[in-house]
Amino acid sequence: MSYDPKTELYQQVILEHNKAPRNFRKLEPCTHNAEGYNPLCGDHLHVYLNVDGQKKITTITFEGDGCAISKASASMMTESLKGKTVDEARILFEQFQKLITGKLNPDKDKHVLGKLAIFQGIWHFPMRVKCASLCWHTVKAAIDKENKPVSTE
Amino acid sequence: MPPKTKSFDVKKIRADFPNLKVKVRGKPLVYLDNAATTLKPQIVIDTIEKYYKEYTSNVHRGVHTLSQKATENYETSREKMRQFLNARKSCEIIFTGGTTDSINLVMQSYGRAFIKKGDEVLITEMEHHSNIVPWQMLCEGKGCVLKVAPMNDKGELIWEEFKKLVNEKTKLVSVVYVSNSLGTINPVKDIIALAHSYNCPVLIDAAQAVSHLAIDVQKLDCDFLAFSSHKLFGPTGVGVLYGKETLLNKMPPYRGGGDMIASVTFEKTIYNVLPYKFEAGTPNVADVIGLGAAIDYVQSIGLEEIGAYKDELLAYGTEQLKKIPDIRLIGTAKNKASVLSFVHPVIHAHDMGTLVDQEGVAIRTGHHCTQPVMKHFGVAATSRASLAMYNTKEEIDILVKAIKKAEEVFK
Repeated sequence: MSYDPKTELYQQVILEHNKAPRNFRKLEPCTHNAEGYNPLCGDHLHVYLNVDGQKKITTITFEGDGCAISKASASMMTESLKGKTVDEARILFEQFQKLITGKLNPDKDKHVLGKLAIFQGIWHFPMRVKCASLCWHTVKAAIDKENKPVSTE
Repeated sequence: MPPKTKSFDVKKIRADFPNLKVKVRGKPLVYLDNAATTLKPQIVIDTIEKYYKEYTSNVHRGVHTLSQKATENYETSREKMRQFLNARKSCEIIFTGGTTDSINLVMQSYGRAFIKKGDEVLITEMEHHSNIVPWQMLCEGKGCVLKVAPMNDKGELIWEEFKKLVNEKTKLVSVVYVSNSLGTINPVKDIIALAHSYNCPVLIDAAQAVSHLAIDVQKLDCDFLAFSSHKLFGPTGVGVLYGKETLLNKMPPYRGGGDMIASVTFEKTIYNVLPYKFEAGTPNVADVIGLGAAIDYVQSIGLEEIGAYKDELLAYGTEQLKKIPDIRLIGTAKNKASVLSFVHPVIHAHDMGTLVDQEGVAIRTGHHCTQPVMKHFGVAATSRASLAMYNTKEEIDILVKAIKKAEEVFK
C-alpha cells in the first residue's frame, strides 16, 4: 500500500478543528497558564487551566495564532485533557511525543491517546512535528509552573 | 508569448543544473527557493571535485606543485571577482564565510575602531537580521545608536524619511540592495551619494542583488559590499566583502592567526597586507575556486540578460498570483526583483509550504529572517516564491495550481 502523506497530515478532523477550534478562549481566573512561542514559524499560543484540589483538570482553554497543525493539535488537546488528572495528562504528553516522533505505533502499541492517534502521520514531516507538539509542551510548562515561554524549535 | 530576450536559452541553462532533474514526492522539482540558496551548475560541482581529486593543498605557503596550483586558482577567483564587481584592485576583495560574516567583519573591524559613543548607524526597516543584529551588538558595546529608516506599505523605502535620518552623527549607513522578503530594489546610488555628502561610508548588503543586477562598485561608489557565493550559483560557505582599499587599510584585523601576518615574534606581530590581513587561517580554498567557476558561468550568460528574463518571469508570476482572489502579495514595490511573497487568509504559510511541496514545489515559509518586515505587514509569516534564471513560466503555473489545490484541501 502506498503511503499518502497528504491525507495523513491534513485529515478532515484536523482541518475541522483548525476551522473551529474548541475551547478557544482566555480563561480568567485560572490556576495554571503558560505561553508557547515558536518564533521561527510564528506559532504562538497561550494555554489556561483550572486544576482542582484532586489534581483534576476541570477546565482547559487556549488562544493564539498559528498553522492548521498547531491549532488543531491544541484544540484536540484541550478536548482530551478536560477531566483528566494532572498525572494522566503527563502520561498523554509522553505518549503524544512518542506518537509524533514515530516511536509509538497506535495500531500496535498500547496507548490511551484516543482521537489523538490521528497525528501519527506527522513524523513523515519532521519540520512540522514542532507545530503539533508546541501546545503539549506549553501545557506541561503550565502544570510544572514554569514561568518562561516554551518553544519547540 | 515569445521571450523578449532572444539570446537567453532557459532550456540550455536548465540542462546545466543537475539538481533540476530530481523528483520530489514523485513530481519534477519546481525550485522556487532561490532567495534562500540557488542550485549549482555542473561546472561548479566539477570544479570543486577537481580540486579535491587532483590538487588538494593549502594556499599561499607551499612551494610544491599542488599548492602552487591551488594558490593560483584561489587568487584567480579573486581576480575574477574583482572584474565581476569592477573593483579597482583585487586586494579589495576579501573572501569570508558569507554575507553575514562579511557584515560582521565590517562591524567588528570598522565599527569597533571608528564608531564611537553617540554616533549613529543607519539601516532600513527591510533589513535581513544579519544587517540588524551586528549593529545592535555594536551599539550595545559602544553606546552608539541604531537608526531605522521606515518603508511604506508597498515595501518601498520612504526617501523623505531616510533623508531626515542622515546627519553629521551618522557614521555608517548599511542597507540592503534587494530585500529578500519583499524583493524591493533600494535606490542605493542615491543613498550612497547622500551619505557621502556627510562623509559617511555605506555598506551594501548585496546578497539578493548579486544574481540579478550587474554590480559596478566604482559606479555605485559604495564603500563596502557584502554577499554570499551560494546565492550566485556557487558553493555554500564562501562570501565576499568588497571594501575600498583606503578604508580596508585603515581598519584593524579582527581575527588573528596564520596567513594574516607578515611576521610574528612574541614581542610584536606585523600584520600582512590586504587582502590577507582579513583572511586569517586556512581559507575555504575549494569553494572559493568553485565560486570562480560560478562567476564564469553567470558571465557567460550575462547578468543583464538574466535580469531581463527574471523581470519578465516576475511580471508573469505577479499577474498569475493576482488572479487568485485570496492571495495577498506582500511587497509590491515599483522597483522590484525576483521575489513573490504572499499570504492567504485561510491557509497559514506553513500549511501552504507543506501542501505545495506535495506537488514538488519548493517555496520558503516563515519570516525569512526579517521579523520587522513581518511586523510592518501585520503577519507572522509569508510564503515566498523566489526566482532564478532557470525558472520558467510553466513552473509558475505549477505553483499556481499547487496553491489552488491547497485551497481545495482547506475548503
